[in-house]
Amino acid sequence: MTDKIPVTVLTGYLGAGKTTLLNRILTEQHGKKYAVIVNEFGEIGIDNELVVGADEEVFEMNNGCICCTVRGDLIRILDGLMKRKGKFDAIIVETTGLADPAPVAQTFFMDQDVSDTARLDAVVTVADAKWLSDRLKDAPEAKNQIAFADVIILNKIDLVSETELEEVEARIRAINPYAKVHRTQNCAIPISEVLDRKAFDLDRIIALEPDFLEEGHHHHHDEEMQSVSVAIDGEVDPQKFMPWISNLTQVEGPNILRCKGIVAFPDEPKRFVFQGVHMILDGDVQGEWKPGEKHTSKVVFIGRDLDAQAIREGFLACAA
Amino acid sequence: MTTGTAPSLTQNVAPLDAGAHVTAIGWLKGTAAFGLGDGGVLLGRDGESHRVEAHPDAGVLVAASDGERFVTGGDDGRVVVTGADGSTKTLAETKGAWIDSLALSAGGAFAYGIGKRVTARDDKGREKSLEVPSAARGLAFAPKGYRLAISHYNGATLWFPNVEAKPEFLEWKGSHLDVTWSPDARFVVTSMQENALHGWRLIPDKGHMRMSGYPSKTRSLSWSGDGKWLATSGAEAAIIWPFESKEGPMGKVPRECGVRPAKVSRVAFHPNTYVLAVGYEDGCILLIRLNDASELLVRPGVEDSGITAMAWDKGGKRLAFGCEDGQAGILTLPA
Repeated sequence: MTDKIPVTVLTGYLGAGKTTLLNRILTEQHGKKYAVIVNEFGEIGIDNELVVGADEEVFEMNNGCICCTVRGDLIRILDGLMKRKGKFDAIIVETTGLADPAPVAQTFFMDQDVSDTARLDAVVTVADAKWLSDRLKDAPEAKNQIAFADVIILNKIDLVSETELEEVEARIRAINPYAKVHRTQNCAIPISEVLDRKAFDLDRIIALEPDFLEEGHHHHHDEEMQSVSVAIDGEVDPQKFMPWISNLTQVEGPNILRCKGIVAFPDEPKRFVFQGVHMILDGDVQGEWKPGEKHTSKVVFIGRDLDAQAIREGFLACAA
Repeated sequence: MTTGTAPSLTQNVAPLDAGAHVTAIGWLKGTAAFGLGDGGVLLGRDGESHRVEAHPDAGVLVAASDGERFVTGGDDGRVVVTGADGSTKTLAETKGAWIDSLALSAGGAFAYGIGKRVTARDDKGREKSLEVPSAARGLAFAPKGYRLAISHYNGATLWFPNVEAKPEFLEWKGSHLDVTWSPDARFVVTSMQENALHGWRLIPDKGHMRMSGYPSKTRSLSWSGDGKWLATSGAEAAIIWPFESKEGPMGKVPRECGVRPAKVSRVAFHPNTYVLAVGYEDGCILLIRLNDASELLVRPGVEDSGITAMAWDKGGKRLAFGCEDGQAGILTLPA
């Protein structure tokens, strides 16, 4: 079986600098070839790249789940691209400023043909340092894109003061404390910080553990979108935990944008690692606990109007 | 034929190196045309092959053949016809958009889709366009008359391009992929995103037909020459639905043929006998006789060489096949 093609999803509100970042990725001397899926032609000034126009058609799946949506056009385009395998090393999907990243991400878990040949690498969100705070107030899409991101490029920092910058970064942290935030001007950033992040790989969640386990110290609070993290200083009972996480993501799925977790089960030498998008969960035992290492369990949810207390109590009740 | 060791036709296969993912195959009388992922069309005849650059620096996404012409749609936005003599001609050209749905009618008309817009050109060159509610995924001309079925999200549209009347909308929730008409035009069947088929009985009652239970999507559908059976891919056997009665397959159990531990990727009914060619994701091809389920091996499994296209010639004497890694071949049935 050949390696799966990595797919980077590029989001960002209108005018934040997505196209600048895309052009930067494509012009840098990296020796790699990209297939690029864009919404509007003409914005990219690069020849000899495989550029495909998308329709952003969001389809509901007939499985009774209202938040189970996929991007029909993406399934169609990836099907076509796979006929030209070997012509490119990676795929970049640019979404419109108003797009919800969830259907894009869910496509990689819901569609068998897509998940057999491609893997979602990371959601990269470009944000305008000057306007983001306003957009977070008036544009739900902007908030979704921040909440969903694995990497956030806080761009146009030359247009704001240091105080304003700290203010906007605190707002980002209030929504999504786990994304890697880079401050940039003209999206000047090493490509390695954007591509090949493996943010959806279960083994990578462990590799990111130090960041991931760090408690957020943000002072800002977003009324609508928030992250909830709960830790247990020990093991959890799989008989309690599995039904709990499954029920929570089923019932609260439409409100949960992303979730991640690493938990310890009794008599299990490996960690149980999971991550999810809305109702879709992906989990496996992965990576042995080191000898003498403390077995701790932690879960993180980013979503809209989450009942933090109920989640906290629910998880703590799973303790072994 | 005796039972015992699996009888094999592998000695009757002339291999061909197509060099790229084989998207689709058509027969132009005695010449097999292979549409390729790197934009070429390979013409194979009597052990010889000749490559034509139908879509230079692009890829063939879809192709259709009527026995005279091999028409391809590419990611260069062009619809191109290739003849048995190796000549090519651009039939339509659009800027930048992919052509990934295409249909050809026996009368010489063709249709192609770009996103939501479907364009049909009849044998006299009259062109008509129709916008469907979402991107057209599959196109198929009715067996008789100038009528086109278009599959899309939440159903299918039946359209007479040269008639002013409003197109007929067949509604069923979900994303519909490929579409096909039964040879007697009584049924329209689509494959769906949700690992199922959906069908509409056009005569007499517009009834729905649901055919589900597949472990993956069906992307290959093939009718027996008499229209009594519809063979489908998507399971670890060819699933063959009975369509001989007026009701279609409702309440009936489909036949399962060629059960193997690999998913069926392509099916192709012999044009005039109950023999089905079954291609698998692991590269294997079997010929299966429906009457007694006897099997003949055409190609053993080959790693990373899943079957992506198959087509019988008009007389049913030869079967051409192509694979994801660019291997291909032509089976000639023993006389």
